[in-house]
Amino acid sequence: MKKQAAVRYVLKKLVRMMFLLALVSAATFALVSASPLDPLTANVGQAALGTMSREQIARLEEYWGTGIPYTERFLSWAGDFFRGDMGVSLLYRQPVAEVIRVKMMNSLWLMAAAWVISGAAGLFLGILAGIKKGKLADRLISGYALFMASTPAFWLALVLLMVFAVWLKWLPIGLSVPIGMETSDVTMADRIAHGILPALTLSMTGISNIALHTREKMITVMESDYVLFAKARGESARRIVWQHGIRNMILPAMTLQFASVSEIIGGSVLVEQVFSYPGLGQAAVTAGLGSDVPLLLGITVISAAVVFAGNLAADILYAAVDPRIGRERKRS
Amino acid sequence: MRKIRIRTENRAPALSEESFWNRRRAAALLAAVCLAALVCVTAAGWLCREQAAAVDFSRKNLPPCLDCPFGTDWMGRDMFLRTLTGLSLSIRLGLLTAAVSSAVALALGTSCAVLGEWADSAIGCLIDLVLGIPHMLLLVLISCAVGKGFKGVLIGISLTHWTSLARLLRAEALQIKSGQYVQTARKLGKGPLYLAVKHLAPHLIPQVIVGMVLLFPHAILHEASITFLGFGLPPEQPAVGVILSESMKYLAMGRWWLALFPGLLLVLVVMLFHVTGEMLKGLLDPGQTHR
Repeated sequence: MKKQAAVRYVLKKLVRMMFLLALVSAATFALVSASPLDPLTANVGQAALGTMSREQIARLEEYWGTGIPYTERFLSWAGDFFRGDMGVSLLYRQPVAEVIRVKMMNSLWLMAAAWVISGAAGLFLGILAGIKKGKLADRLISGYALFMASTPAFWLALVLLMVFAVWLKWLPIGLSVPIGMETSDVTMADRIAHGILPALTLSMTGISNIALHTREKMITVMESDYVLFAKARGESARRIVWQHGIRNMILPAMTLQFASVSEIIGGSVLVEQVFSYPGLGQAAVTAGLGSDVPLLLGITVISAAVVFAGNLAADILYAAVDPRIGRERKRS
Repeated sequence: MRKIRIRTENRAPALSEESFWNRRRAAALLAAVCLAALVCVTAAGWLCREQAAAVDFSRKNLPPCLDCPFGTDWMGRDMFLRTLTGLSLSIRLGLLTAAVSSAVALALGTSCAVLGEWADSAIGCLIDLVLGIPHMLLLVLISCAVGKGFKGVLIGISLTHWTSLARLLRAEALQIKSGQYVQTARKLGKGPLYLAVKHLAPHLIPQVIVGMVLLFPHAILHEASITFLGFGLPPEQPAVGVILSESMKYLAMGRWWLALFPGLLLVLVVMLFHVTGEMLKGLLDPGQTHR
């Protein structure tokens, strides 16, 4: 009975996610189509257009897909997308799926590292600050979190680049592999050396949000009656944190951790731009600046799918961990 | 509650001097100082916007000195004045976009409560939709949709920052709506607009104000970020994003001052907004009256 309720709950979330994903694609498509920017003038240039013959311009217009009505374009795009064909990137002149796959591989471990580090460090610092409320440790951690929340990710990237790459010369300035090297010659060490700074930037900014929320939650837990009672019984501080603290704040922390996927993708757009790291974020900026509609669409829909998948994972974990969920659903 | 406090003060006059500077008054003072500093920056940037654009090739690429504390760039423009002008622009833009965002949040949050379940789930869907696309990507998309430039930044930032505040206000509005006086007014046949304006809005306004101040940091940071990426304000504007994006070209040449100081000042301004917002939140939260 309980299992059934849980399955129904997860299915409901799944359907909702699919629906939202369809909405996101329609909205994204509408936004991209509404653009008054002429892809021809953006990429070919006004001067070059002036020197072209009428037939050449017509061919270019066909290539960039101007002049077909919105719904028709959306339906044909969505139909192809379902079949796995995301169109051809106009700037890279490769299938969008291929461009995204290559860029995603570059970005993936960058984001994954930032996600894990910021989550673990944020949780730890948040718990520490919550337990030591008002003490030096709390002040330092809260101060750090406030500073990071006020710092644009791209500026932090610039400063780290200045210190570690230009000034100390410890790490390379940009890109994901050394310049002018054959792909086969690139070692794992090279890749890691190029990824450290971007991953560090993303982690440093990601920590603050998670630490602040965890701290708030920890403070409420520590001020609760059951912790007071545990203290009165003479339980050690460590036991109180493990037995009462963590158990009561792991659920909201989980939601937060999965919600931070969206922020990390957003941050990677900026950070990859600063480090010229050829990842998904940089491709999105290139596509946006160059009006490469198919690529921009593909990246947005894939990112949204990743974000929704993160939310879904959080929901499923919730249902698995928290016994109250199934019951609550039934009542309402 | 307040009466009780006055009585304790009377009973212990020795403490009255100490209790004048309680946490609330200190918070109010801090918020006022932060606000004054922000107004100064805005006004100063507005006043010296012409000097900031002044080109002087006799003093180009100077590192920071007494004359120009932030150094000068490749055209001999004073970086301190340029940064101030840029920040002034950012703050004014932030004010406008945060105001629009909070208005949207208030409208949607109260609509959730008074227009029934259908509107509630529709707005919930809209919130999930906006939150589903990573924020920077959404800003890029909107900027593309309206043709980049100043308009893109303005519309993009106004239309993407209302989500979390709207959620907060929705929860609050639903709670107020279940109150007896609102239910009575409903039974007396008052329409949703009357309920929203007369009963819900007065309770929500303090939260909206706090929410707006806390929106500023996000609005300003996103404005700087999207401009930095090249979608926002045109390069001839002395916006902070433009300054930092220019500085990137000179980073490898060791002109560190072009990137360090403008960014640091931006961080300072954003922190001032954060502090102001947190203080106001504490002041307006009835649970913290007696701190």
